[in-house]
Amino acid sequence: SEAKSGRTDLIFLIRFRHCCLLRNQRCLLAYLYDRLLRIRALRWEYGSVLPNAIQFHMSAEEVEWFNQYKKSLATYMRSVGGEEGLDLTQDIKPPKSLYIEVRCLKDYGEFEIDDGTTILLKKNSQHFLPRWKCEQLIRQGVLEHILS
Amino acid sequence: SFMQGSKLEIPLWLAKGLHDSKRRIISVELPKIYKEAWRTVFSADASVVDLHKMGPYYYGFGSQLLNFDNLENPEIAQTILQTFISRFRRIMDSSQNAYNEDTSVLVARMDELERNLFRAGQKGLNDFQYWEKGQASQITASSVVQNYGKRKFTDMDG
Repeated sequence: SEAKSGRTDLIFLIRFRHCCLLRNQRCLLAYLYDRLLRIRALRWEYGSVLPNAIQFHMSAEEVEWFNQYKKSLATYMRSVGGEEGLDLTQDIKPPKSLYIEVRCLKDYGEFEIDDGTTILLKKNSQHFLPRWKCEQLIRQGVLEHILS
Repeated sequence: SFMQGSKLEIPLWLAKGLHDSKRRIISVELPKIYKEAWRTVFSADASVVDLHKMGPYYYGFGSQLLNFDNLENPEIAQTILQTFISRFRRIMDSSQNAYNEDTSVLVARMDELERNLFRAGQKGLNDFQYWEKGQASQITASSVVQNYGKRKFTDMDG
């Protein structure tokens, strides 16, 4: 009957529109989620302070998310490993020695090491430095880890 | 508005959304590689088939097709599974033995699932070589820095 076929048409149209809406939502969520995973990886690969060039491309919500993530991670790291906590973002690759050879990839300026002395990090200079001090600068592309 | 009985090509996600066993809004026709003729070819010797040409997501798409209550579903499912089983060994072996060689010929006939498996195998092999050379302990720059290069980051602070 006509009434029934009209209703079937309507069902079809409603379902069709709903499918399209859900699909658009899925695509958007997939995109946003992928961005979030990359932002999270930045905390581990790069450090707790993001370069301006990257922050410029993040939405306010993403920046807020990053800050919250940072905070959660810091709280957790403080809670493990006894009195001082444990920096899990260090020594991601298994360390073979306390000191490592590094080459400077760009002019960075003065850099203070634990015993109070300062070193001038000038492009192409090479240094023999404590691993824990260099790790972040290597990840940020300022220094290069040279294997002997 | 659509006439009853008309035939269309629509994307999978739309077909899934419109499909309803009870209401029978649409019926889905199987793409030819999942039909009987091709299924016989696959069961004869699956390892020679160019799965990339056959629609690059043979396994994934085939699995999704099972959503449409087709009468041939058990046979389709069986064929997809057997195809994977007969091809897998060769993919695994070749991914472990092609260090630093040109693998494009091998990979050209694989569907996307197989390519991912192959790449995972190769990555394992490469990581092992890396470790053997003593490079596993080398600290590297973050991928963000590597990708953006020195050009964009010269004015970064902090």
